[in-house]
Amino acid sequence: MVNVIWAGLIFIAIIYSFLTGEIDTINNGILTHATSGINLIMEMMPLIVLWTGIMKIAEKSGLLHVFARMLNPILRRLFPSLPKNHKALGYIASNIGANMLGLGSAATPFGLKAMEELQKDNPKKDTATEAMITFLVLNTGGVTLIPTTVIALRIMHGSVNPTEIIITSILATSVSSISGLLLDYFIRRRKRY
Amino acid sequence: MNLLSKIVIPLFVLFIIFYGVKKRVNVYDSFLEGAKEGLIMVFHITPTVLAMVFAVNIFLDSHFIDGMLGFLKPLFDFANVPIDILPMALLRPISGTASLAIMNDIFTHFGPDSYIGRLASTLQGCTDTTIYVLALYFGSIKVTKTRYSLPVGLFADLMGIIAAFVITFIFFG
Repeated sequence: MVNVIWAGLIFIAIIYSFLTGEIDTINNGILTHATSGINLIMEMMPLIVLWTGIMKIAEKSGLLHVFARMLNPILRRLFPSLPKNHKALGYIASNIGANMLGLGSAATPFGLKAMEELQKDNPKKDTATEAMITFLVLNTGGVTLIPTTVIALRIMHGSVNPTEIIITSILATSVSSISGLLLDYFIRRRKRY
Repeated sequence: MNLLSKIVIPLFVLFIIFYGVKKRVNVYDSFLEGAKEGLIMVFHITPTVLAMVFAVNIFLDSHFIDGMLGFLKPLFDFANVPIDILPMALLRPISGTASLAIMNDIFTHFGPDSYIGRLASTLQGCTDTTIYVLALYFGSIKVTKTRYSLPVGLFADLMGIIAAFVITFIFFG
């Protein structure tokens, strides 16, 4: 699927720019956007390395397990296929926590680590497991309680009440996450029976 | 609010290290071990990030979305919603930076406290960059068969975007 989207974006971009005569723009883009990709990696790298290091301490001290236990009532319902003490659950809990606080850049390393742990007992390494998909749906929904970036930008543009959008954001993100999780749940249930 | 978001990370780091020392974990060695895993992780996700950033950016450069909007303008005028919001809604699942840039434009032109400014704020907060997150997370562990994950993710986005329009209208309309 990602395959199709990736090819589609490139086809549309190049053909449309030929049609509109924007050949210079696209030519430049092809030559420069690999650099944008590397720049993004370079921006992410220190955070990923730092957080995987710090979270290793949390893993070894058993703190990650404590996080997972706190969210256990929810996690057990969302991930019925995972055993209670699965290592991924602690990372999933930390990822959800970081996302909720609007710490998106801290959430990514936890999410990557959770996927790594889930992959360890995946019998078919090239195919997504049910737990992985549920985790992704939860993540792409972006359960944010405090949209920090948006609030910062609103302050910058002189908003009278920069935080007034918190409640509408929470409602919208809840609708998004709940409908994603429900659809995921129904697909899983239909496959089983 | 500001203080809270500033204090969360330092407290979190302090707590993890404190707890580690209390449980007699060799915190320094553990950090190095984890950091090394992190570096390998970065190595694994580099091709994915580069591929997605490249495709999304040349797609944005081509201004395809702007070109397609002409057809939809009458519909938006009818519903009394500024059409400027549409590229943002369309781009939200593809690129977080692109939708953030459009939100910034909207704030500059209409102000953050205008109806469309509030709508843009809610849209930005309502969902994450589905396609990017999907490519990144599955790419990092080399899963290519993503099964039903993309349709479900996009369905969630669509519901979130619709909810953002409806909820903003109810609260601020």
